[in-house]
Amino acid sequence: MKRKLVLVGNGMAGVRTLEELLKLAPDMYDITVFGAEPYGNYNRILLSPVLAGEKTVDDIMLNDLRWYADNGIILHTGKTVEQINRARREVVATDGTTASYDYLLLATGSNPFIIPVPGHQLPGVITFRDIHDVNFMLDAAKTHKSAVVIGGGLLGLEAAYGLQKLGMDVTVVHLLDTLMERQLDKPSADLLRRSLEGRGLKFLMQAQTDAIVGDDHVAGVRFKDGSEIPADLVVMAVGIRPNFALAKQAGLHCERGIVVNDTMQTYDPRIYAVGECVQHRGIAYGLVAPLFEQGKVCANHLAHLGYARYEGSVTSTKLKVTGIDLFSAGDFNGDATSEDIIYKDPGAGIYKKLVIKDNRIKGAVLYGDTIDGSWYFDLMRNETDISDIREDLLFGQSHLGDSGHGENRIAAMADSAEICGCNGVCKGTIVNAITTNGLFTLEDVRAHTKASASCGSCTGLVEQLLASTLGSDYSQTPKKKSMCSCTDFTHDETRKAITDSSLKTIPQVMEFLEWRTPDGCHQCRPALNFYLLCAWPGEYQDDSKSRFINERAHANIQKDGTYSVVPRIWGGVTNAAELRAIADVADKYNVPTVKITGGQRIDLLGVKKEDLPKMWGDLSRAGFVSGHAYGKSLRTVKTCVGSEWCRFGTQDSTTMGIKMERMAWGSWTPHKFKMAVSGCPRNCAEATIKDLGVVAVDSGWELHVGGNGGVKIRATDFLCKVETMEQVLDYTAAFMQLYREEGRYLERTAPWIERVGLSYVKQRVVDDAAGRMQLAGRFHESQKTAQIDPWAERAEGMDHAEFVPMKKFG
Amino acid sequence: MSEWFEIGAMTDIPRLGSRVVRTAHGDIAVFRTATDTIFALTDKCPHKGGPLSQGIVFGEYVACPLHNWVIELESGEAVAPDKGCAHRHPVKVEDGLVFLKVRSAVVNIADYSVVAQA
Ligand code: SRM
Ligand SMILES: Cc1cc2nc3c(=O)[nH]c(=O)nc-3n(C[C@H](O)[C@H](O)[C@H](O)COP(=O)(O)OP(=O)(O)OC[C@H]3O[C@@H](n4cnc5c(N)ncnc54)[C@H](O)[C@@H]3O)c2cc1C
Ligand code: SF4
Ligand code: FES
Repeated sequence: MKRKLVLVGNGMAGVRTLEELLKLAPDMYDITVFGAEPYGNYNRILLSPVLAGEKTVDDIMLNDLRWYADNGIILHTGKTVEQINRARREVVATDGTTASYDYLLLATGSNPFIIPVPGHQLPGVITFRDIHDVNFMLDAAKTHKSAVVIGGGLLGLEAAYGLQKLGMDVTVVHLLDTLMERQLDKPSADLLRRSLEGRGLKFLMQAQTDAIVGDDHVAGVRFKDGSEIPADLVVMAVGIRPNFALAKQAGLHCERGIVVNDTMQTYDPRIYAVGECVQHRGIAYGLVAPLFEQGKVCANHLAHLGYARYEGSVTSTKLKVTGIDLFSAGDFNGDATSEDIIYKDPGAGIYKKLVIKDNRIKGAVLYGDTIDGSWYFDLMRNETDISDIREDLLFGQSHLGDSGHGENRIAAMADSAEICGCNGVCKGTIVNAITTNGLFTLEDVRAHTKASASCGSCTGLVEQLLASTLGSDYSQTPKKKSMCSCTDFTHDETRKAITDSSLKTIPQVMEFLEWRTPDGCHQCRPALNFYLLCAWPGEYQDDSKSRFINERAHANIQKDGTYSVVPRIWGGVTNAAELRAIADVADKYNVPTVKITGGQRIDLLGVKKEDLPKMWGDLSRAGFVSGHAYGKSLRTVKTCVGSEWCRFGTQDSTTMGIKMERMAWGSWTPHKFKMAVSGCPRNCAEATIKDLGVVAVDSGWELHVGGNGGVKIRATDFLCKVETMEQVLDYTAAFMQLYREEGRYLERTAPWIERVGLSYVKQRVVDDAAGRMQLAGRFHESQKTAQIDPWAERAEGMDHAEFVPMKKFG
Repeated sequence: MSEWFEIGAMTDIPRLGSRVVRTAHGDIAVFRTATDTIFALTDKCPHKGGPLSQGIVFGEYVACPLHNWVIELESGEAVAPDKGCAHRHPVKVEDGLVFLKVRSAVVNIADYSVVAQA
């Protein structure tokens, strides 16, 4: 017989938990839900745009009544649970409805706080929490003129903005002299106030409400100093209090909320709790992102999987007032032991402040330009050492070399502005998908609209759109990001398990780490294949079925299903005989396009798959090996002519590049790996946008790392200077091996270095001489089995079946 | 009229892999899962015609090699939120041999007999 689960509170956190649970264990429970409100589950966050007339109540439904029916869930709307009988494991609603449970989930949310001043019960005084409140205000705006909003926090300002858009004359009353003091410091709050005043809102700062006046309806608000302003609607938005009355009455341990442990369990093991009603490690959260994380953990335990833990969240905030860009996270005020880095341009309406302590970001406030909010937030949550990028930090991630593509300012963009250049998706489409399909995460938006799903260069813009539409940070990936939906383990955890527990095959890894799927997916299998290859060189049997087609067929697939062939041209240097051989091959196989690539090589495009092995055989005989233009592996080493010919050349950059390519070709890396060598600082080989770039100077060779010329241009960081060609090779081998061992699959050196910090790389590759030689040693060891030309092998008949049809009819 | 045609041994198709059957009316991709279930789909992704036979196979799905749509092998349907369907073809395995049911017009019998003799 199925177990019984009862949920009290049909709100965002509770229902999200059910959704997660249904994904994990669809048939485990008979579920009953009690909700005090007379609706299905809706997106409370979007009440603000409903009030502002930008959306309707129908637009913000997350799960309508059909969803409950489809999932076999009994829903009691409009029924408030007033009693929990823990001995009999039963809940009782005010109308007498009862339900018994094996497990009970409390998600009763919060109650808006009402200042108990005289007159607070007068008709016309309202809070801002649910659909009822919003409908009340929408009605009031039709017949009344002036509104007072008490409270200049997030909710108060969103209410004020909405009422003003409805045509009311609105005054915001705030106790302190800074608006949104829990999210903003004084300078940014002043900018915000000025901008809202520009839109016609009025403010009364440092005003303490003494009474609401009126006989049978609100007529005004009186303050401690005796002054009075007229009002026919008063909105109290001064804060919320976790709603734990029911839990407390049932004898559960409560402090400022229902106290739960890291599994979201209350002091009664049969009862779990999530959402705003909860107190976890002393904190009660009031934003959706942490609540969703709680829901995920709670579902894991309700499904009796028993391994997830909620360890608290760092939150960030946005204000959902159209046209205002504002971001705030962490400890943005700082203290005596922290420092502030500030950028201020009041004329342009821009203010940015970062609070730094021990070289880590502790908090951030951004006003007017929030494009880098999610980047700072990531740096903050990952506790990244920012000492290397400190000077450039305030100018944003884009300043770390990027010029990216396209625009940066989201608020100013028209709905028709194209956000995703790869898939042609515009702003209006994305915003519409977020609201009508109830999307919450970047992944959701990618799946539904394809925006940011290809090259990813518009990810920052899409995150901003999510944030400005939904208001909070839940668009961002959680701090601990699992490899894919087959597992909850991260890339790093999986790699550690592979080496610590001597896991030697993909099935072993999946069994040991309890993969949820029988044979993984197209995301985790290629990653696991690389991690195993890197951990057990020579021993691990490569699994071609876990490789993307390009790496399996050793050629790049084209849009029409044909392939391209790029032979290795060492250091970009060739000769007449090689060119003749390439020309012959192009003739023999009717290659439609022959193109010089951006990597100093020749691309033969439009080759039929069946022709590949024969063509490779011909190229092999002419002395060519695979160029790995298709691999997460060493690509090209670009060179310039250098001191052999060039009048400015200081060293033989061509020979250096060829030596490097001869040493490193064939190695598999987390993502593609490109190198270049220039013969002088004029840098004609563009070495400073490569994963590893070498620039010759009179006294030796400068080594540069972490460059990227692709989606997001990033200039390299200077690693060190060395004197001899041998040293260049040693450092190259060590750097590549460190990246191979510690970079995450599909993470290029640029984001990898930004994640671990340049200092760390310097310490491992430059400062620690013995460590460097060990890294280089491991690199050479793995090269022993890596430098077997895959083309020659296949020309000899290996993987024959891959290249020919199983059967031909007609 | 549709008929069953033998296309080779099941072991000719790698586990978690696929082979192509070439017909007068285009390629058909034949897939083999880890548990030796065989499926056949027209080798054309409903998105932009990518060759599904070249994708990574997992569970009873294949990821298209061009833009990563995931297609359900059983039905040929793209996994939501993507929408579209790759035509599926009946297949059966008897005594280790795989048979594919296709319209006979698709198969030029004269040529087929040549291949079969070879
Ligand atoms: C052929 C070539 C364009 C050309 O005609 O010149 C090319 C073609 C492709 N590039 Fe490139 N890239 C080529 C040089 C470059 C360069 C320039 C360079 O290497 O100096 C860059 C910028 C440098 C860099 O990588 O930082 C470049 C940045 C990219 C990117 C963006 C990478 C990034 O980290 O942002 C991708 C997408 C990816 O890898 O995910 C990409 C992907 C591709 C793919 C593989 C797209 C795909 O998945 O099908 C194209 C394969 C075509 C094929 O079948 O051969 N290509 N690509 C160049 C081959 C060089 C070679 O000889 O191997
Ligand atoms: C106007 C507004 C704007 C917001 N904007 C943002 C934002 O931009 N970003 C952000 O992250 N967060 C925002 N929030 C906060 C966010 O909505 C809440 O954090 C979230 O809804 C809390 O989820 P919950 O499930 O804990 O509570 P709720 O969503 O409040 O759900 C609790 C439900 O339980 C019901 N209930 C209570 N007691 C009982 C009982 N005894 N029996 C039956 N039912 C009961 C209540 O009626 C309610 O429906 C906003 C909130 C409001 C009101
Ligand atoms: S070759 Fe590179 S830049 Fe050109 S279309 Fe392909 S991926 Fe884009
Ligand atoms: S063609 Fe298959 S995903 Fe685009």
